[in-house]
Amino acid sequence: MNVMYFAWVRERIGVPSEEVTTGAVTVADLVAELSAREERYASAFADVTALRVAVDQELTTFDAPLAGAHEVAFFPPMTGG
Amino acid sequence: MAVVVQAESFDAGAELNAFSDGAGVGAVVSFTGVVRDTDGTLAVMEIEHYPGMTERAIAGIVDDAMARWVLMDALVIHRHGTLLAGDPIMMVATKSAHRADAFAAADFLMDYLKSRAPFWKKETTADGSAWVDAKEADEDALARW
Repeated sequence: MNVMYFAWVRERIGVPSEEVTTGAVTVADLVAELSAREERYASAFADVTALRVAVDQELTTFDAPLAGAHEVAFFPPMTGG
Repeated sequence: MAVVVQAESFDAGAELNAFSDGAGVGAVVSFTGVVRDTDGTLAVMEIEHYPGMTERAIAGIVDDAMARWVLMDALVIHRHGTLLAGDPIMMVATKSAHRADAFAAADFLMDYLKSRAPFWKKETTADGSAWVDAKEADEDALARW
């Protein structure tokens, strides 16, 4: 699936998006899997309460299932307007 | 309804005039957000967004407003990219037969655009760059609705 990062999450991880092959069942599983890979992920995901997640462009929660998902995006709380 | 996400600037007055036309219109409410230079030190403001989700999230928010209030139309323009102090960032306009619906819907749109549309602001001053933190008050504002 395509995993995307925005704002300081993108800066900390160092790429705007990447293809990830994963068997993660939920968003939280994906976060754990990425965090175990490299320090830059662990650092970005250290406090998930400071993050938001969207699955296929819909805001959701970290316990959301990933079955059938094509795109997952991680980002800080939004500051539009 | 119209949802416009663009890097280019826009003329809020011209947009409002074009939007205000229509038979039976009794009330038009608009809000224009401008890049604020709080301490007089802002060099640039960069606005990042999530192409695709941005348009979709805003359209969903506008749909909610149209379902909730009696509106004849709604307009949202939001910019991304590099902006300078004083530049217009975004604009919301609503029109209705009566002002109560137009005011309430515009207020609702602003509250939701602030914390549910995927935009992130970064300010650069002589001291460096920093992402703007979301305010708890902005999240709390959603509870009003």
